[in-house]
Amino acid sequence: MGTIAEEILSNHVGKKVRAGEIVVAPVDYMMSQDGTTPLTIKAFHDLGGQKVLDPSKYAIVIDHNVPSPLEGVSNLHKQMREFARKQGVKIFDIGEGVCHTLLPESGRVLPGMIVIGADSHTTTYGALNVFSTGVGSTDMAAALISGKMWFKVPQSIKIVYEGELQKGVYAKDVALHMVATLTANGATYKALEIYGSIIDDLSIEGRMTISNLAVETGAKAGLVHVDQKTIDYLKGKTDVPYKAVYATMDAHYDRVIVEDLSGMGPQIACPPDVDNVVGVEKVAGLKVDQVYIGTCTNGRYEDLEAAADILGGKHVNSHVRLIVAPASKETYLRALTSGIMEKLVRAGASVLTPSCGPCVGTCNGVPSDGEVVLSTANRNFKGRMGNTKAEIYLASPATAAYSAIKGCIADPREVLQ
Amino acid sequence: MNPIMDGKAHVFGNNINTDYIISGKYKFKSTDMKELSVHLMEDIRPGFHREIEPGNFIVGGTNFGMGSSREQAPLVIQAAGISAVLAQSFARIFFRNCINVGLPVIECDTSQISEGDELVVDLGKGVVINRTTGQEIKAVPLPQVMVKILSEGGLAQHFQKHGGFNLE
Repeated sequence: MGTIAEEILSNHVGKKVRAGEIVVAPVDYMMSQDGTTPLTIKAFHDLGGQKVLDPSKYAIVIDHNVPSPLEGVSNLHKQMREFARKQGVKIFDIGEGVCHTLLPESGRVLPGMIVIGADSHTTTYGALNVFSTGVGSTDMAAALISGKMWFKVPQSIKIVYEGELQKGVYAKDVALHMVATLTANGATYKALEIYGSIIDDLSIEGRMTISNLAVETGAKAGLVHVDQKTIDYLKGKTDVPYKAVYATMDAHYDRVIVEDLSGMGPQIACPPDVDNVVGVEKVAGLKVDQVYIGTCTNGRYEDLEAAADILGGKHVNSHVRLIVAPASKETYLRALTSGIMEKLVRAGASVLTPSCGPCVGTCNGVPSDGEVVLSTANRNFKGRMGNTKAEIYLASPATAAYSAIKGCIADPREVLQ
Repeated sequence: MNPIMDGKAHVFGNNINTDYIISGKYKFKSTDMKELSVHLMEDIRPGFHREIEPGNFIVGGTNFGMGSSREQAPLVIQAAGISAVLAQSFARIFFRNCINVGLPVIECDTSQISEGDELVVDLGKGVVINRTTGQEIKAVPLPQVMVKILSEGGLAQHFQKHGGFNLE
């Protein structure tokens, strides 16, 4: 008997392991980004590392602070490029996109794998049935050298979302609702397993939004099972065989949450915490100064499409700045070809190179004092976007797009019914 | 790492996230932790780094260190002269990172500790004594694997000593 997390870890250590046990398990893929790679390189040397054990299992992504706005940043990027070249590892340089979009899109992360990333939102690949989790630079360096990492096998919380989402309600709204239910530490040291007709109906991209937000509950992983959509998504992305891992019927869960979300409207996370969630009607009418559509949470193709459906043929409010960052070069090219990008630009969007954009306050859209930002990102902490005197609200791309037109937080169901 | 440490408490609330510990706007610029340490907790307590005397403690509520995987968070706390972090509970990645870099983390009931209280932390016995109030607080024991890494000074030292993982 076992949960998905227990089954994946058991498969990797060659014996049945259960929640609470400590295991040293082989890692199938590793990733670090520009905020964490410089310290990973330092730790790699501190740990006595000479060679990355298997260079084909590691990718470095420069996505958080790009193109470099400062010489200090440029020098760290250079250090990353040199390390990648010397070690023969894959580097996704500026303009390629956000790490959590690139790894699934390029078929590098597959069902049943153990993946670690030096970025907390590594939980994203759980949508593809990957036991993936965020780690620090020293854990990353140890795995680069040894091919392994130590894990405490987590307990799991099973979530079942039944019903059918209303028009105008999206994966992001489900994800924010999930964070509000569990709270910011409700799943600390645990794995989430997310099921139900609502998850079945979502695309893989939508499921990634939910697994992405899993870490905002403190969770180690946000796992979804494999279905036909997963198989179709991976077709053409990889030739490597993979094995879907399911929980057994008698798996033990720390907690089971079953909820029908058919009646749920769009959700908003209010500053300064992600679990501070209200229905859109509670904050509708609040004036916004900047709207940001992008990030590893909501910068994928269907997110841009949802925004373009609302913004097409219209223009953002005269006092609103709309910033859009496609989550990958592929997303960008597809949106250019399909005409979505033209709709967004004509509606007034300022388009950034595929990257994390202004999500983490490094560059590309730092708000000014007293401003309100409505963002499709995953964090709204004070100062997150680079200014402690600005306030950040989180929402779906549709809510963000409609609010950009109205000039205030607004319910996208008004135009989508 | 000294198993018995004493110093003054600097008290913070619940859900102190890694963005507050070291803001994203600084962490991408440099790997010099001393340089970054002047920004420790800047967004929620400007000038905090000037209040720290070497050996002081940071005391948090629940879910201390939530958010990102940035190892700059524990490194900056260390570089600022803090000898250990005490909290009611910790976020997972931050907790691991602290152990890996050799920064002691003590999970205990911090609700009765006030700003400026003089604390003695005895890692060996797993107790915290609040000299100001006389209270003795029991710490939640660390998992054995973490005790081993921490007692060897961190994961780098563990790797150097054993040539890899030696935890099972």
